[in-house]
Amino acid sequence: MQSAKADVVVVGAGGAGLRAALAVAAQDTRLTVALVSKVLPMRSHTVAAEGGAAGVTRDDDSLEAHFNDTVSGGDWLCDQDVVDYFVERCNAELMQLEHWGCPWSRKSDGTINTRFFGGMSIQRTWFAADRSGFHILHTLFQTSLKYPQIRRYDEHFCADLIVEDGRVRGVLTIDIASGEFVLIECAAVVLATGGAGRVYRQNTNAGTVTGDGMGLAFRHGAPLRDMEFMQWHPTCLPGTGILITEACRGEGAILVNKDGYRYLQDYGLGPVDPWPRVKAMELGPRDRLSQAFWHELHKGRTIATPQGPAVHLDLRHLGAKKIHERLPLITEAAKTFAGIDTVKQPIPVCPAVHYTMGGIYTNVRCETPLAGLYAAGECASVGIHGANRLGSNSLVEIVVFGRAAGDAAAEFARSARPVRNVEAAAASAARFGAMLSNEQGERVAKLRDGMRDAMEEGVGIYRDASGMKAACSKLAELRERYRRGVKLDDRGRAFNTEWLTAIELGFMLEVAEAMAHSALSRRESRGAHQRLDGYERRDDANFLKHTLAHHGGDGAPRIEHQPVTITKSAPRQRHYGGAGKQAVMT
Amino acid sequence: MRTIAIECLRYHPEADAAPHWQHYDVPFTDDMTVLQGLQYIKDELDGSLTFRWSCRMAICGSCGTMVNGVPRLGCETFLRDYYPGPLRVEPLTHFPIVRDLAIDQSDFLAKLESAKPWLMPKVDPGAEPHRQTPEQLADYYQYSQCINCLLCYAACPQYGLNEKFTGPAVLALLHRYNADSRDGGKQERMQLVNAEDGVWGCTLVGYCSEVCPKGVDPARAVNQNKIESTKDYFLRFLAPRSGR
Repeated sequence: MQSAKADVVVVGAGGAGLRAALAVAAQDTRLTVALVSKVLPMRSHTVAAEGGAAGVTRDDDSLEAHFNDTVSGGDWLCDQDVVDYFVERCNAELMQLEHWGCPWSRKSDGTINTRFFGGMSIQRTWFAADRSGFHILHTLFQTSLKYPQIRRYDEHFCADLIVEDGRVRGVLTIDIASGEFVLIECAAVVLATGGAGRVYRQNTNAGTVTGDGMGLAFRHGAPLRDMEFMQWHPTCLPGTGILITEACRGEGAILVNKDGYRYLQDYGLGPVDPWPRVKAMELGPRDRLSQAFWHELHKGRTIATPQGPAVHLDLRHLGAKKIHERLPLITEAAKTFAGIDTVKQPIPVCPAVHYTMGGIYTNVRCETPLAGLYAAGECASVGIHGANRLGSNSLVEIVVFGRAAGDAAAEFARSARPVRNVEAAAASAARFGAMLSNEQGERVAKLRDGMRDAMEEGVGIYRDASGMKAACSKLAELRERYRRGVKLDDRGRAFNTEWLTAIELGFMLEVAEAMAHSALSRRESRGAHQRLDGYERRDDANFLKHTLAHHGGDGAPRIEHQPVTITKSAPRQRHYGGAGKQAVMT
Repeated sequence: MRTIAIECLRYHPEADAAPHWQHYDVPFTDDMTVLQGLQYIKDELDGSLTFRWSCRMAICGSCGTMVNGVPRLGCETFLRDYYPGPLRVEPLTHFPIVRDLAIDQSDFLAKLESAKPWLMPKVDPGAEPHRQTPEQLADYYQYSQCINCLLCYAACPQYGLNEKFTGPAVLALLHRYNADSRDGGKQERMQLVNAEDGVWGCTLVGYCSEVCPKGVDPARAVNQNKIESTKDYFLRFLAPRSGR
C-alpha cells in the first residue's frame, strides 16, 4: 500500500470540495490539501446544475425575505440560525466567484443580472445562461490550479475513512488507473461527495451520485439526518430524467396537461391570472409541482409518451431570442434527447429524483459528531433546506458551506498532527480487495436494479406505511444478498470500474435503508414527504423535528428525532398562489 | 426491438500485449445512445468492459470515444444512426490507452495548468463585482464553453504528430481569459502562445472545430492568437519594457 500525507483531505472535487480546498489554501499557505475525487474535478455533478444561485443583491431585496422564502419553502424544518448564517453570506460568495472569473450573465450596464425562481419572492438568482453549475465548477477548478499546496488525487476512489479513538486519521483510496490502495494520512477530512439520487431509477443525477460520503460517515457512526426528504424535480425528460431547468419557468414558461390546461391552478397554486406572479403557479416550489403531476397522472390527464407519462412545458411565447440567450443548454438537450425544438414545440416533462435534502448531520461550522470530520454541500445536512429545498439555494450552499468547512477543517488541522495508522487501513484494504476474488454471488446490476425498484415503489412522491415497510424489508434482503457476495466479471486491478460500482452499491444500499426507515418513522406529511395513509397533514406537535438515522451494523438503522432550531419564524401554513406580487420578467 | 453489432477495442495492461477487438450484439430502442449501448454490455454481457461516463447529457465531458473513426460524445450519439452495424468504438485517438476505452488524460491536464487559466484581475474590484457589459461578455463567452472532452485533440493531426503541441482546447481556454475584459494576465500567457508548440504549431486543418460538441471553435481562437502573437512579436521591438 502506498501512503501519503496532507493536513486536510477533501473528498469530492465538485463545487463544495473545490471551495473547501481554496478556503484551506487561503487560510494558511503552510497547510497542504489532498483533493481526492473519483473523477476529474470538472466531471463532478455540479457541472450539470443549470438555473443559478440565490443571493440578496437587488436594492429591493432583503436578507429577511430570503430567510422567509427558505424557511417556508422548507416547511419550517430548517434550522433558522443556520439559515441566517447562510443568507448573510450568499452574496459575498457569489461575488467571490465573479472575482475569480465566473461569466455571470449581465444587464446592459454591466452589473449582475438576476432571474426569478420557484418559491422565491423576488429576482434573486444569479445565472450564467442555463449553464450556471458548469461555469461555477470550471471557475473553481481553474482557480484551484493557482495553488501548489492543493495536491489533486484525480480518479482516486475513497473507499474508507480511517478512524481511531473517535477521530478521523485519514482516508483509504483506490488509485483507479492502477487499482492500488493509497492511504492518505491527515488531521482533518472534508466530505463533499454530493447526493445519493442514484438509489432511485429515474433521476437527473450523474452516474457518480451514489452517496459515497454519506455511506462513509454513516458507517463510522456519524448520523444521517432528514433522509426521508428527497426532491423530485418537476420538469425532466421522461425516461432519461435529463434536467430541464426551473429557469424555464423563471423566465416565464408554463405547464399544461393533455388538455392544454394549466393544471397547477387546481393544487393551491392558482389562480392563473394576473400572470406572472411570484410564488404562484409555475413559480411555486418543487415539492408542490411534483405532487401536482402525481395527481394529474392519477386523474388520467397526462400525455402518454414512449418513455412514460408527461405534461408539457411550453416556452414558445418567450420567443426565439430570449430562449437562445437565456436557455441555450436545455434547448440543445431537448433537441438532442427528445427531438424537440423549444422555439416551436412544448417539451414533454415529468418529475425525476433530483436532490437529496438530507445528509450527514453537521452544525453550522460543518462539523460532524466525529472529531476531524467535516461535511459540506449535498452530502451534508447543515439545516438550510428543511423538508424542501428551493431551487438556486444549493448552488450557493456549495460555496457558502464549502468555504465554512474548509475554514473549520484548516483551523482544526493547525492544532492537530497526522498520526500513522497503517494497520486499520490494511485491514480495510484487505476487505475491499477480497471482493475481487468472490467465486459466488450476484451481478452488481441485479442488486442495484432491485434497490431502485424498491425505492421508486415504496419511497416515492406519495408514500404509505405498507409501501415503505415493503421497501425496508426489500432493502434488508438486498443487503443480506450483497453481504453473501457480488460476483465480478472483472478480476484485474487496473481501472476496474465494476469493482468500484460494487463498492458504491454497498454505500447506496445503506443510504437507501436510512431513507426508507426515516420515511417510515415520520408519521405526518411535510414538504417532500407526503403520506396517503392517515398522516396527510403536517403535525408540528409531534414532528417539528429532524430525523436522525444511526447505522445499525448489519441490521436496520436506529431512528431518533432531534429538535429543530426556531429563532424568529414560528411555523404557519405555507402559502403559495393567491393574490401575490406581480413578477415583472426582464 | 432491433439488435446492433458493437465492436469495442479492448486492452488490459495486465493481460494484453496489444489492443484487440471484441464483438457484442446489443438490443436497442431508437432513443438509446452509444453510451447506453456500452452500459447494456457492462450490466448484462460483460462487466469488464471499461469506459468513463457520468452526466449523460453532454456537459461533463467524460464519455468521448471514437465512433466509427470519428471523435464523439457517446451520450449524444444514437445507435439508430449506425444500424445494423458493426459500430466500432475505440478510445480517443492520439492518447495512450489506460484500459479499453479509457485514455490517459494527464498530458492534457498539465497543458491546461500551463495556460494559467485563472483570472488575473486588471484592476482590484474591491467589494463590488467587476462591471462587464453583455458585449464584453460575448467577446469571450464562446471560448468559456469548453467541457474538456478532448475530442478536439483526437481530431487534431498536429497533436497526433507532435504531442508537445499545446493543442486546441487549451489554446481556446487561454484565449478565453485573454479576451476577458476583467483580465490583465495576457502578457504572462503570451509566452505559451508564442512558443514553438503554441499557436504556430497549428496548421489550420480546422477539424477541431468541426468535432467540438459545444461550438467552442478552437480553430478561431488559435487564429486570433496568431494575430496576437504577431503583434506581440513586433511590439517587443517597438516598446521594450525595462527588466526584460
